[in-house]
This record gives sequence, C-alpha cells and structure tokens, in this order.
Amino acid sequence: MNPLSVFGKRRRERARDTAGAERHTVTAGEVDVSHGPILYLENITVSFDGFKALNELTLYIDDGELRCIIGPNGAGKTTMMDVITGKTRPDSGTAFFGQIMDLTRMSEYEIASAGIGRKFQKPTVFPQHTVFENLELAMRADKRVWPTLVARLSGEQRARIDEVLEIVMLMAQRDLRAAELSHGQKQWMEIGMLLMQDPRVLLVDEPIAGMTHQETERTAELLTSLAGKHSVVVVEHDMAFVRSIARKVTVLHEGHVLAEGNMDEVQNHPAVIDVYLGA
Amino acid sequence: MPQKGLLLRILEHDTGGKIFLAALTVVAVLLPVLNLAVPEGSALHVSTYTVTLLGKYLCYALLAIALDLVWGYCGILSLGHAAFFALGGYAMGMYLMRQIGERGVYGNPELPDFMVFLNWQELPWYWFGFDQFWFAMLMVVLAPGVLAFVFGWLAFRSRVTGVYLSIITQALTFALMLAFFRNEMGFGGNNGLTDFKDILGFNLQSDATRIGLFLATAITLALSYCVARYVVNSKLGRVVVAVRDAEDRARFIGYKVESFKLWIFVFSAMLAGIAGALYVPQVGIINPGEFSPLNSIELVVWVAVGGRGTLYGAVLGAILVNFAKTYLTGALPEVWLFALGGLFVVVTLFLPQGIVGLLRRRRRKAGLKEAAT
Ligand SMILES: Nc1ncnc2c1ncn2[C@@H]1O[C@H](COP(=O)(O)OP(=O)(O)OP(=O)(O)O)[C@@H](O)[C@H]1O
Ligand SMILES: [Mg+2]
Repeated sequence: MNPLSVFGKRRRERARDTAGAERHTVTAGEVDVSHGPILYLENITVSFDGFKALNELTLYIDDGELRCIIGPNGAGKTTMMDVITGKTRPDSGTAFFGQIMDLTRMSEYEIASAGIGRKFQKPTVFPQHTVFENLELAMRADKRVWPTLVARLSGEQRARIDEVLEIVMLMAQRDLRAAELSHGQKQWMEIGMLLMQDPRVLLVDEPIAGMTHQETERTAELLTSLAGKHSVVVVEHDMAFVRSIARKVTVLHEGHVLAEGNMDEVQNHPAVIDVYLGA
Repeated sequence: MPQKGLLLRILEHDTGGKIFLAALTVVAVLLPVLNLAVPEGSALHVSTYTVTLLGKYLCYALLAIALDLVWGYCGILSLGHAAFFALGGYAMGMYLMRQIGERGVYGNPELPDFMVFLNWQELPWYWFGFDQFWFAMLMVVLAPGVLAFVFGWLAFRSRVTGVYLSIITQALTFALMLAFFRNEMGFGGNNGLTDFKDILGFNLQSDATRIGLFLATAITLALSYCVARYVVNSKLGRVVVAVRDAEDRARFIGYKVESFKLWIFVFSAMLAGIAGALYVPQVGIINPGEFSPLNSIELVVWVAVGGRGTLYGAVLGAILVNFAKTYLTGALPEVWLFALGGLFVVVTLFLPQGIVGLLRRRRRKAGLKEAAT
C-alpha cells in the first residue's frame, strides 16, 4: 500500500461546516475528537530567511495514537512541534487541535492549558527548583496569577507528585535542585513534568538521548502505556527504539512527509531508503 | 495565637529574615529611648539627626526589597525603579504641601507657594484630594502602581526583555525627571516640594514626630518584608523564579508569563512608592532629582552588593552601601562615585551572589569541614 494514499481522506471537517451532520456538543476547553484525529496539520509552511523548514506539511494524529516521527537532521521535526505548541507561527497552512481549536491563533500558554504538553529536545527544566517543585509547577491546576498566589498543595496533589516521582524513578532526588541532575535524569524529570500536566497530547522530542539501555527500555514501556488515554507523538533517531514502540511511523524529509505506515512499510519504501536509511 | 502562627510560618527556613527582623525590633525599641529619654549630654544619647538618617536607610531598604522582587526573583533588571519611589514621594509631598495652608510665605490657604509665584489662580485638578491623608496614601500606591501597570503591560506583552527592557526603564525615569523639572507640570519644578510644616497635625520638626516617623518606617518595613516573603514563598513566587530561569518552559507548561511579570512588577512598584512616601517627611523635600537615572543605578548596586534573590540581602546591601555613602560623601566627597562604580565592578566580578552569597559559601565550607572531621 502506498502510505501516501491515506492523505485527503480525512480532511478536518469543522462541526459548523458539516451540513446535516449530527450536532457536536463541545464544552469550552474540551477537545472535540469526534472525527477521529486530535491534531490536524494541513499544508503548513514555515520558512526561515527563505529556507523552508516545513514545506506544505500535512499530518494527522489520531486520538489515543502513539506516533513516531523520524527523519534526518534538519527535516523539520522540532519545527513541527514548535508550530503545534505556538512557539513558531506558520507562514501558511492550518493547525487544529480537535475540531475547533485553531492552534495558530492561540498563545503558548493557552495551547498548554488546552492540553498539549511538550518535552524539549534539549532538556529544559527549572534549574534552581527542586525536582519536587518542578513537578509541582507543571501540575495541572488553575495557572492564573491570583489562584497561583494562594495555591496550597492538597494531600491528593502531593500523592500524585509522589506517584510520578516513583514512575520517573526520581524519588531519591526529590529535594535535589534540578541543576544537579544528570542529563538522563533531567530527561526523566521532563517526562515527569509532562505526566503532571496530564495533557491530551504529549509531544516528546528525542526522549532517550543520554539514557542507558535500561532507562531506554523503561521509556519505551512508559510511552506505550500512555498511548490510548493520551495521544503521544515521539520524535526519535534511534531506530531500535522506534521499532520497539512504533505502531505507525511518519518519515519527514525536507519539511514534508515522505512516507507513512508501519515500521516495515516505511523501511522498505524506496524514497525513504534513498534519502534516509540508505544514506 | 493565629497571628503568631502565621508569622512563624512565613519566616520558616528564613534565618536571614529572622535575624533582620530581630535586629530591626531591637533598634526600634532602643532608638526612641536613647533619643528621647537619655539626656543630650550623655554618651548614650542618639541625636535626632541620626534617627532621621537611620529612618532614611530603612526607606532605602524597603526600596531595595522592591527591586529584589523584580530583579532577584523575576530577572527583570529595572533601571528605573527610583521613579516609583519618587512618585510615592511626590504623592506624600503633595499632602504635606497642602497641610502648610496659610503658613506659606504668600499666606494663600489654597495654593502652595510655588503656584502663587507662578501666578496660578486655582489649584490644578490633579491636586484635588491631596489635603486628605487617606487620599494621598491611596495615591502613594496607585500612582506608581498604575504607571508600572501601563508600562509593564506594554513592555511584557511585546516580550521586551533583558538589556532592552533595562534601557527603556532607564528612559522612563529620565523622561519623568525632565517632566517634573518643568514648572508648568505643577509639581514645583526643580525646587520640588519642601518647607513642610506638619503631618497629621504633628510638627515635623519635633523629636517626637521624628521618632514616630522612624517607627512607622520600621513597622512598614517589617510588614512589607513579611508580605514579600509570603509572596516569594508562594507558588506564585516559584513561578516567578521559573520565569527568570526558563521563561519559555514556563509558557509551555501553561503559565501566562506576561501576567506574572506584570503582577510582580506592579507589586514591587507599589512597595517602592510606599518607601518614597515614608522618605519624604523625614528628609523634608522631594524634587525631580529623585528621578535621576543615577538613583536607580545606585539602587541596583545596593541589591547586588547585599545579594539578590534573598530579600534580606537587599536590606543588608541598602544599609551598608548607604552607610558607606554617608561616610564617604562627608569625608571624601569626590571619591563617592568612583567608590560606587568600583564596588559594582568588584561585586559583579567576584561576588555574583553578594555578601549573602559569600556568607553562605563560608558556612557551607565550614559545614563540610565539620562533617569531614
Ligand atoms: N529559528 C530558526 N532560524 C533559522 N533556521 C531554523 C530555525 N529553527 C530551525 N531552523 C532550521 O530549520 C531546519 C529544521 O530544523 P528542525 O530543528 O525542525 O530539524 P529537526 O528535524 O528537529 O532536526 P534534528 O533531528 O537535528 O533535531 C533546520 O535546517 C534548521 O537549521
Ligand atoms: Mg529536532
């Protein structure tokens, strides 16, 4: 099957545009995934000084899916995440979260509160805060100014933080400043911060860099277990890792999708062999 | 006692703060006794001049806390914070001006002398209400607060940061200085506001009033310290530090960074305004010189010397540097500016965490040695 053939079938149908379709009841802040996909990127172009980091990129992520994105350096993987999280505005194209949330019109914090969480390629944490505080800050809560001023941790919230500390194996480092963590531990802590946010969509950029073999395995387990309840998009170079978790893989090249399908399909795709795996 | 419980909770883990508040209490109790009860000939007598000088230092300490909140905790290096101090000072000065009433040189019951001198017939609208103490006090926090809000809203929303932000804060205070120098502005031009007679009916020249003002300053400083400590201990305080260290990260976990910056900036400006209001009746004058960019820079040096991001470091720095300034400008006036510049260079190069950082390092080393033996 040509993986490219899936395109065009699932264009995002906006609830209000669909004549005769059943009415969707969408509560404010809720993501409408009634048509399947949770993320719709359509014809996105981003250029930096004339260089197109993304070139008419079209990509759909289904609700609850675990998707791996691979591609050579500079393919535009990180830029794609920048577009989804509001860090970079596309020159053209549309990006929707569910049926009605236009990501290109939302600011970073709105996108985050709506339920898109992100782990950066280079671990970025709050170095002067303890591991516990990093998780506390990430925790899903009313993040407006005044409620934050008077916020107190409930027993339930403490328990949740401890639970996540266990999951990311940082219980012993609970009160250590994040600056003192190793690279791998910082990666884990960022994953922990993602879990604390409890987002609908997790964007995970190169999660296993700097991790030991065992840690890599645990990451694979964790990401797989998250899929279903959450949609997970993983960017990774490590083919063995991708193979171990992948259900569906998208290959990016020069800012657009080169191929899409399961790992075997993608690996045997002539264009992919040509530009990426063969090289 | 719930009050005490609250205070202890706020100051938990804040050894520096406890020491500072204890020292402040001792001074606040002793000073009135030594000034009012001990006879003037005695070696223990503290002159009213000294009381006023110390009161001034405490105002500076409050101003330093205000700057530490935005610079030390939020990473916004404001080089115009003295503007908020001056605005608070002017609001207080306007109240004190109106209290003079008929006792001015021209004996006009309504108009301050400088307005009579300018041949003005009536009080400009923005002087209305300043004969009321409560209104003036409201303006002490509102005038700096509103300015900080408008300025911060524009600057933070357009994501002006770093050096650019510092420069425009400097430009802000400079512009205000030029404006207040103009006679037509109605704030007394380059002479500013002075010749105050009394405050709330108490004669400003009397020793008892001086002591009263000193105590009011000490109490306000202590309260402000506790409120500032509460703020930095709160989750909001942690968000603000997070914004300082990784602004983008804070955005991507859902914080509207601009709002947090704006909140802390406005809060800080209000504290600075209160400091200015306490300062003016003690020194007896407010003039456009208080807006001078140099004042704001000196303020940065105080906080840097004491150690930013600790609150008590700012207090320590403000008092030490101003003590040195009082001494040097008396003994070797031409040296002061060089000393200030040199101090800044030394602190930047060798003491990035200021005196507090130095003490902490010492203590940690001592602790390590102890653990080793
Ligand atoms: N802010 C920017 N300014 C200029 N060029 C940029 C910018 N961000 C990304 N680029 C360029 O866009 C292209 C895509 O970058 P991107 O970071 O998205 O690649 P990537 O697929 O994540 O690569 P890697 O695997 O190395 O992380 C690269 O050539 C990069 O140099
Ligand atoms: Mg990348």
